[in-house]
Amino acid sequence: MSSLISVTNLTRHYGDFCAVNNISFELAVGDILGFLGPNGAGKTSTMQMLSGNLAPTLGEISINGVDLLDQPKAAKASLGYLPENPPLYKDMTVSEYLTFCAHLHAVKKQQITSVCDSAIERCGLGDVGKRLIQNLSKGYQQRVGIAQAILHSPPVIILDEPTVGLDPIQILEIRQLIKTLGENHGIILCTHILPEVQAVCNRVQIINAGELVYRADIADMLNRQSTRYEITLSPDITLPTLTTHTVFTSIEKVNENRYIIDSDLNADKLIEYIVSQQWGLSTFNQHHTSLEQIFIELTLADTRVNDEHSLATNAETNKT
Amino acid sequence: MIMLIARRELRSLFSSPLAWVILAVIQVILAWSFFTSIDMFFSIQKDLSTLPNAPGVTDLVISPLFEVASIVLLMVIPLLTMRLISEEKRNKTISLLFSAPVSISEIIIGKYVGLLLFLIILLFMIMLMPLSLLMGTELDLAKLFSGALGLFLILAAFSAAGLYLSTLTENPMIAAISTFGLLLLLWMLNISNTSPTNDSNTLAYLSLHSHFTYLLRGIINTRDIAYFLLFIAGFIILAIRQLETQRLQS
Repeated sequence: MSSLISVTNLTRHYGDFCAVNNISFELAVGDILGFLGPNGAGKTSTMQMLSGNLAPTLGEISINGVDLLDQPKAAKASLGYLPENPPLYKDMTVSEYLTFCAHLHAVKKQQITSVCDSAIERCGLGDVGKRLIQNLSKGYQQRVGIAQAILHSPPVIILDEPTVGLDPIQILEIRQLIKTLGENHGIILCTHILPEVQAVCNRVQIINAGELVYRADIADMLNRQSTRYEITLSPDITLPTLTTHTVFTSIEKVNENRYIIDSDLNADKLIEYIVSQQWGLSTFNQHHTSLEQIFIELTLADTRVNDEHSLATNAETNKT
Repeated sequence: MIMLIARRELRSLFSSPLAWVILAVIQVILAWSFFTSIDMFFSIQKDLSTLPNAPGVTDLVISPLFEVASIVLLMVIPLLTMRLISEEKRNKTISLLFSAPVSISEIIIGKYVGLLLFLIILLFMIMLMPLSLLMGTELDLAKLFSGALGLFLILAAFSAAGLYLSTLTENPMIAAISTFGLLLLLWMLNISNTSPTNDSNTLAYLSLHSHFTYLLRGIINTRDIAYFLLFIAGFIILAIRQLETQRLQS
């Protein structure tokens, strides 16, 4: 089985409100999928459906080749899930809690101690194993939540904002842990922290207003940017002069003397060309469209369209 | 899996002061009631010995004890059942169970069995009092057993109703109050039994109390046992259905 999660036409309504609208995607072994979206876009609803906490209105989910709706027990056996609020029984100690989770996920009796010990070690919980969860700080509670999700080494791990409340060093450790886990598991990482996605994930998808609006491999995303450059020229050069030159496939003026250009030429040739025109080139940089820009463009553009749409409908209703 | 959830439930009961306080309070109240019954028994013992076919110590001490126990627990069981599901929903820990390879029936039955284990401990503590009489006198053990069975069944029925109402809300207080209201209503249906019309007899048949009194008198009737078992099964099935529906709608 190459596909660990396959989601087809997933839809979820809350009454009239459509939280998730007809989304489909797949997750393969070795994938770390960054799942992004603004608040209320349907991220958590999707995660809840994938983990069996919420029944979809329409659509199919199969986890590790098993249909989640037809055989929930078998499908959930290959799942580790950390919800937004870590589901911790606060009246238990860390090791009691993890032992309970191991039993719950049907880990074999002989392996329970070793499995718990390794989760405790991986999440840096060694010092607090005997303490009650309610007495731990938020960061430690979050780590217990992560430990619970990776405990039984499930093929599919779903983490909803795993690094919330952790200190910077711990964040780095957890990111490293996620990367290591990603080598032989499939991971979905739901987060607001965009650099985190760039640092950890190999694929990214953005959901906005219940629909998937963007999906890409992180590597592809970075490659595509390599044809865009940011240049600074002498202030005498005007935009109309530049547009007459066909080497630039597109030109965008940033401010007085800075431009963002697209070109089919490689950097060497392009610099040669610009220098030969004697435009007073003073800087030449590769232009990085960060994930943040893509995110803002996609999610804001959509609201703007919606706003215009609602304005139009308002105008119409005003007329009548 | 059911036993795993049941064990965790029992553990969490005993890790909070609630279970200990309940055990202590019930023991004190029932000990007092037991003591006054025995006192009364001693005072009328002489007159009783002149009567033919007089009621024995089992009828005069143990049955009232169980009767009082059932009334006290009517008020206490809602406090035990209120947190079963609503607290899990409120703390979002229910998603741990939902995303684990465990079915909803297993979650509900596990919770219920956990509570039953607590009730068995409670019942054992109560039973120690009548059993202590064995040191000085003879008891009608069969009647004692029948009464204990009745008490266990009525407590199990209370708990099943409480469990269902706990699935309906995220607020434990609301679960407790509505459970208490329902149980009290089912108890009081019996009061209309005194009026002679047929209509009220049907209502009285639905009362938990009338079935309990038969068992207290030592009459083990399949009709009463079936009533309790159906009552319990009904509420458990409702609870399972309710939790499943919430997964669809929430």
